[in-house]
Amino acid sequence: MTVLANSAGKGGRVEEGAIARDRNRFVAAATDASLTALIAFGLFLPLIGFETVQNINEVLVLRTRWPFLFSLVAIIGAGRLAYVLVVPPWLARRAARPIAAEPPAWRVAVARWFVPCAIGFVVAYPLMVAWALGLRGSLKWIDNFGIQILIYVMLGWGLNIVVGLAGLLDLGYVAFYAVGAYSYALLATHFGLAFWILLPLAGILASFWGILLGFPVLRLRGDYLAIVTLAFGEIIRMVLINWVALTNGYAGISGIPRPSFFGIPFNADDNGFAAVFGLPFSPIYRTIFLYYIIMALALLTCFVTVRLRRLPVGRAWEALREDEIACRSLGINTTNTKLTAFAMGAMFAGFAGSFFAARQSFISPESFTFLESATILSIVVLGGMGSQLGVAIAAIVMIGGTEITRQLDFLKEIFGPTFDPTQYRMLIVGFAMVVIMVWRPRGLITTRAPSVYLKVRKTIAADLVKEGRG
Amino acid sequence: MPLLVDTLLRVEHLTMRFGGLVAVDDLSFDVREGNITALIGPNGAGKTTVFNCITGFYKPSEGRLGLRHGKPAVWDALEPLTDSGARRRVHADGTLFLLERMPDYLVARQARVARTFQNIRLFPGMTALENLIVAQHNRLMLASGYTLLGVLGFPSYARAERAAMERARAWLDRIGLLARADDPAGALAYGAQRRLEIARAMCTQPVLLCLDEPAAGLNPRESAELNQLLRTIRDEDGVSVLLIEHDMSVVMEISDHVIVLDYGVKIADGAPETVRNDAKVIAAYLGLGDEEAKIEAEIGS
Repeated sequence: MTVLANSAGKGGRVEEGAIARDRNRFVAAATDASLTALIAFGLFLPLIGFETVQNINEVLVLRTRWPFLFSLVAIIGAGRLAYVLVVPPWLARRAARPIAAEPPAWRVAVARWFVPCAIGFVVAYPLMVAWALGLRGSLKWIDNFGIQILIYVMLGWGLNIVVGLAGLLDLGYVAFYAVGAYSYALLATHFGLAFWILLPLAGILASFWGILLGFPVLRLRGDYLAIVTLAFGEIIRMVLINWVALTNGYAGISGIPRPSFFGIPFNADDNGFAAVFGLPFSPIYRTIFLYYIIMALALLTCFVTVRLRRLPVGRAWEALREDEIACRSLGINTTNTKLTAFAMGAMFAGFAGSFFAARQSFISPESFTFLESATILSIVVLGGMGSQLGVAIAAIVMIGGTEITRQLDFLKEIFGPTFDPTQYRMLIVGFAMVVIMVWRPRGLITTRAPSVYLKVRKTIAADLVKEGRG
Repeated sequence: MPLLVDTLLRVEHLTMRFGGLVAVDDLSFDVREGNITALIGPNGAGKTTVFNCITGFYKPSEGRLGLRHGKPAVWDALEPLTDSGARRRVHADGTLFLLERMPDYLVARQARVARTFQNIRLFPGMTALENLIVAQHNRLMLASGYTLLGVLGFPSYARAERAAMERARAWLDRIGLLARADDPAGALAYGAQRRLEIARAMCTQPVLLCLDEPAAGLNPRESAELNQLLRTIRDEDGVSVLLIEHDMSVVMEISDHVIVLDYGVKIADGAPETVRNDAKVIAAYLGLGDEEAKIEAEIGS
């Protein structure tokens, strides 16, 4: 447009050229869109265009669904047209924009204050929800969203030690979660030990199993390591199912004692929590208490991990991920380093497991399937391996996402009362995961923050950081 | 072969077989304290295999690798130690190690033999400074009470970490990378990565530094800087150096002692001047396109 201001005659030509270019672009986009629509038509013609139904004589007849088919094809064609016209020019404009030498002030402020604000929000969350929705209405939001997400945040942070820092691909992480849960369940129901005694004990037992898994897989790398850890997870589950005398098999263990508030139980009795503090009885107090327990455990996991990263053992984990041979040439005992990574990761899973058992009051092998391991691993991968903040965000997106898609009843208003939105839950979640991985192939937060610095802490670009080969 | 007073590492009858292939055949040589010893030979002569045996990455098929810390008198313990089946014998004057009995990380940690690699093996996603801190792992691990005291924030660990930072900073200064301390090692130029790898090995405070082709891929100026660095490592740090090198300008200029291998067998052993005129060495290098060897061969004939 500056050219236009310089000379009117020349400007006229430029404008003509611009119009011609726009016309060409539109023609190209329209061609592209009609081609897309054609392909969609070809694909959907047999899939959606025809439908087989039983008629009154119980004979299958073919029925056509032309309006549905054509409206779908039209939507796809229009969508493609809009995409072609909008996205590539936007990308080109973005690429042409010069990169600022200094990040803008608001970004610096966000980076500085995000974590304290997030912790503040997590601390205030149950109180805010209880205040906003009342005691009765807030239960779902504290339990299904708060506690559930925090359990996975903690599990993600625990697995992050093994996968993100030490670079050991562990597909059987849920085994340690199960060990923690069953440790608490069995010891609490048989010996009547308290939650606060069994919590560290469950962690120790789980880390013992972590070391036990560590030994046979020390010499394995990459795919082989993944397969053996996967098998280990399944072995633990099989033992839980088949050792009926101890674990009660599929039926699981019920009546697991809940944690009390420093000796004051959460019940409607005269010596219960509500009565002692002069409050009207409500199950919400226990939920809020459980929320704060898991919050404290998750923050402990994060604190210890951040601390360990700045200690020799944490640096050795990261060095192991970068280059194992070089580690050995520097006198680092890679056996011990791997075992401590497995033990540490397992310990936090054990804590989370015993909390899970205490919260549910019932556990069975059903809760510890491979799908759980896969979920936790995808949280770590989605978040960006090694990044504490990334893992937390990914857990919120993944678990919060699956929970929020349970609340899709409003779709019944649109698609009619026979439409069951919960059936599409996992489809939506899976699609969202694919989108995230296309958008950010190495996870939400990919850069690595150095554990120590001389002058300035520069973040390290993702392409330099190794992912570990197992 | 008589034991010389200043023998630091004694390699005796070292043999390494891979199936039917004999990579190193009955090789014996000494590395003397305070020397730069060069191990040279044509491609495939078995030089890196010797390195891997010394640093514990391979377990030799046969042979004895003795390394001494402390006074030369500890060599008296060589035969009793060999018979005892132990890895090391602590003496009043020092310690004697049998490297062939030790796994790689103990060779680095206890016998204090550090090494670099032919294809650079830095931790690319960690900063130059972090690379040098990781090299001081064992000392820091001890200071952090095997992590326990460190997690609780005991001051002894903070002190040890400051000392480690100081050592790292001094080394970064020596190799001219102080300004790049907080940059990832993978983003450094090739020559800088080579120097950083040497500094990282030196941060383990070794008695013997094994360098596998340190001058490979360096330009003449960087090569000259490397020579200077290796000399200061020998003279100021008092660390003996054993190096594999193809660049004859480096080998002839800085080594005190040259050992020539061909097909896993030692064909020459001595001062650079004597080795360079050795007929067998010239013959081994002929036809490999090494200009210097060719010229030598012409002069020799």
